[in-house]
Amino acid sequence: MMQPVSQPVSDDPLLRVENLVVEYPVGNKTVHAVSGVSLDIARGETLGLVGESGCGKSTLGRAVLQLRRPVSGKVLFDGQDLTEMQGDTLRRIRRRVQLIFQDPIASLNPRRRIGDIIAEPLVISGVRDAKKREQLVHDVLGAVGLDPQLVIGRLPHEFSGGQCQRICIARALVLNPEFIICDEPVSALDVSIRAQILNLLEEMKARYGLTLLFIAHDLAVVKAVSDRVAVMYLGRLCEVGPSEQLFAQPAHPYTALLIEAIPVPDPDVRPAESVAVGEPPSPIAPPSGCRFRTRCPRADQRCSDEVPELREVAPGQFVACHHPLIGAA
Amino acid sequence: MTGPALLSVEGVSVNLPTPRGNLRAVDRVDLSVGAGRTLGIVGESGCGKTMLSRAILQLLPKKAMLSGRVMFDGQDLVRLDRERLRKLRGRSLAVVFQDPMTSLNPVLTIGTQLIETLQEHLELDGQAAKLRSIELLTAVGIPAPEQRLMQYPHQLSGGMRQRVAIAIALSCEPKLLIADEPTTALDVTIQAQILDLLAREQRRRHMAMIIITHDLGVVAGRTDEVAVMYAGRVVERAPTHDLFKRMRMPYTEALLAAIPKIDAKPHTPLPAISGRPPDPTRPLKGCSFSPRCRYAWAQCQIEKPRLEDADSPGHQYACFRPLNTVAGVPA
Ligand SMILES: Nc1ncnc2c1ncn2[C@@H]1O[C@H](COP(=O)(O)OP(=O)(O)OP(=O)(O)O)[C@@H](O)[C@H]1O
Ligand SMILES: Nc1ncnc2c1ncn2[C@@H]1O[C@H](COP(=O)(O)OP(=O)(O)OP(=O)(O)O)[C@@H](O)[C@H]1O
Ligand code: SF4
Ligand code: SF4
Ligand SMILES: [Mg+2]
Ligand SMILES: [Mg+2]
Repeated sequence: MMQPVSQPVSDDPLLRVENLVVEYPVGNKTVHAVSGVSLDIARGETLGLVGESGCGKSTLGRAVLQLRRPVSGKVLFDGQDLTEMQGDTLRRIRRRVQLIFQDPIASLNPRRRIGDIIAEPLVISGVRDAKKREQLVHDVLGAVGLDPQLVIGRLPHEFSGGQCQRICIARALVLNPEFIICDEPVSALDVSIRAQILNLLEEMKARYGLTLLFIAHDLAVVKAVSDRVAVMYLGRLCEVGPSEQLFAQPAHPYTALLIEAIPVPDPDVRPAESVAVGEPPSPIAPPSGCRFRTRCPRADQRCSDEVPELREVAPGQFVACHHPLIGAA
Repeated sequence: MTGPALLSVEGVSVNLPTPRGNLRAVDRVDLSVGAGRTLGIVGESGCGKTMLSRAILQLLPKKAMLSGRVMFDGQDLVRLDRERLRKLRGRSLAVVFQDPMTSLNPVLTIGTQLIETLQEHLELDGQAAKLRSIELLTAVGIPAPEQRLMQYPHQLSGGMRQRVAIAIALSCEPKLLIADEPTTALDVTIQAQILDLLAREQRRRHMAMIIITHDLGVVAGRTDEVAVMYAGRVVERAPTHDLFKRMRMPYTEALLAAIPKIDAKPHTPLPAISGRPPDPTRPLKGCSFSPRCRYAWAQCQIEKPRLEDADSPGHQYACFRPLNTVAGVPA
C-alpha cells in the first residue's frame, strides 16, 4: 500500500519526496525501513523528523541523498529527480546538500588536522587556490564560534563533543550548501552543550539561508528549531503539521504518546505512568494495516485491515489514522 | 531526612594521575541516601558522576586514589576486603550502567547470566533459579520470558537489554541500586518505561536508589533529593521539590534553562550555558563555574565558595551570590 502524495507546502518546494520505499535485505528476509513516505520541504523551511529508534529516519535521510538507493519512489531536489541520476550529475547536485551526523567525534578523521578536514570538501569540489581555501575555512570556523588560529592545527581528539559538532557543522557549511540534513546532531551531547548547538544551527540557517531536514527522537528538541514536524513510525509517516499546532493538538495517537513521554523538569508534574506500552514491532514483519496498531489504545478491526492514508484534519495538519484525536473519523 | 542513612558518602575525593598531571575527578563529596529513598545526581559530562558511583562501589580504575569514607549498612566499604566486597556487590549493592552491554556478557545467554547470578548469591538450585529468572523478566516487562532466556544480548533491542540488565541487578534484592544514566542511550518512550520500571521496583522493594543523569527533566518527578555536581563537587543539594522551586545555584538555574521546553514557541533561542567546564587537571582558584556564570563578581574568581546550609531544611549550596535570597541575586 502506498500513501498518496500529500501536504504540498508550496508550489515550488526545494525537496519533494514521493512514495519513497527503501528496503534492506537481511539473509532471505527484508527490512521494510521506509515504506511509502511522501513529504515536501519548502525553501528556507526547517522540517523536523521524529520517531523512535529504528523507525527509518536515517534511512530516509540517506535515501534522499541517494547514499542508499530507494526501491521505488522519487526524490525531487529543486525539481530534478535524484533517483534517476548517476555519477557526476549526482555528485554535482550533492554538493548543494550536506549531512551532519549524530556522533561528531566518530565522523571526523582522527588523524587529520581540523584545518584539512574542513578544507577537504573544497579540495574535492575543485577549489584550487590554497589562499582562497584558507580564507573560506577561516570564515566558516569563525561563523561556528571557533577561533581559527587555535583550531586549525589541532586533531579531533583534542576537542569535546560539542566542539567536534561545531567542526562538523563548519565542514558542512564550507561549500555553501542550500540544504542540510541534520541526523540527530545533538542526541549525543549534554543538555548544556545541546542548547549551544541548537542555537548555532538556527543562526547558521538564517545567515546562510539554509533549508533543513532536522532528524531527532526528542520532540522538544525538534520543536525548538522546526517550522513543521513530521512524525514517523516503523517506516511510515503518522502525522505532519506546523510545529505549534501539532504539539498543541496532536491528531495521531503516536504523536500524543511521544509528547507525553517527554520528561518535564517540574517536580509538580508527575510523569505519565507507562505511557508507551510495549516496543516497536520488527520492521521485517510489520503489522498489517496501521503499523502502530499493536501499541495503540484506539486500535480496532479496521486498523488491522486497512492502511490509514494521510489526510488533512486541520489546516496544514495531515494525519494517517482511522480514529484521529482531532477531526471526525 | 527520615531514619538513618543506608549509604553515607563522607568527604570522598578521587584523584587520578594523568599525563597532564593530577586530575581531581571527585572533590570532597558528602551525600546520603536512606532506605526506600531516591537520590538524583545531576551534572554535565565529565563532572565526576561516574567516578563518584565507582567510588561508592569500589570499582575505581587501579591507579585512582580514593580518600574519605563510604559507609554502607554500618560498614566502611573503603576498608572492606575484596572477598566481602564482591559478595556485597552481588547481593546488597547493585548497579545499572548507561550501556547495558557493559553489564551483560555478550557470549552468554540471558538465561545463563540470570540463573548463574541467582545461584551464586541466593544459593538457589537450577530449577528454582530458572523459575525466579522468568518471574524477574516478567516483572521488568519482557514478553515471552521463557524464550528470552535462550537469547543472547545482541538479539535484543537496546530497551530490552536495559530491562535485562535491570532484572539481573534486581535479582538478589539489593538494598541499594545505582543507575548511571540508565536511559541516556534510549528513546523518550522507552526512557519513560524504564524509569517507571525502576520507580515501581524501588517502591515494591523499599530499595534505596541513586539515579545519575545529565538531564534535570529525568529527576524532577522521580527523586526525593537531588545533588547537582559541577567540576567534581556537589554545588547544590536539596529535597527535589525545594531544588526546583527555590534553587540557589546559578549553575542549577542555567542547567534547567538550557533544556528545550515543550511549551516554548519554535525558534525561541535557548539560554545556553556558554563555554565549558574547566580542565579538571587545572582546578580554578575561585568558583569553578565563575568563567561561565552570569552573576559572577570579583570574589568568585578569588575564593572557592563552601557548601553551606540554606534556610530551608536539607538544602545546601556553594555560591557567593545565591538566587532567591536577600543577599544574592533577585530571581
Ligand atoms: N544497512 C542496513 N542493513 C540492514 N538493516 C538496516 C540497515 N540500516 C538500517 N537498517 C534497519 O532499518 C531500520 C531503519 O533504520 P534507521 O537507521 O533508518 O532508523 P532510525 O530511525 O534512524 O533509528 P535511530 O534513531 O536508531 O538512528 C531499522 O530496523 C534498522 O535496523
Ligand atoms: N580512567 C580514567 N582515567 C583518567 N581520567 C578519567 C578516567 N575516567 C574518567 N576520567 C576523567 O574523570 C573526570 C570525571 O569523569 P566521569 O566519567 O566521572 O564523568 P561523568 O560525570 O560520569 O561524565 P558523563 O556524563 O560523560 O558520563 C573527567 O574529567 C574524565 O575525563
Ligand atoms: S489507525 Fe488505528 S491503530 Fe493506527 S493510530 Fe489510528 S487508531 Fe491507532
Ligand atoms: S560563586 Fe559566583 S561564580 Fe560561582 S556560581 Fe555563585 S555567583 Fe556564580
Ligand atoms: Mg538514525
Ligand atoms: Mg558517566
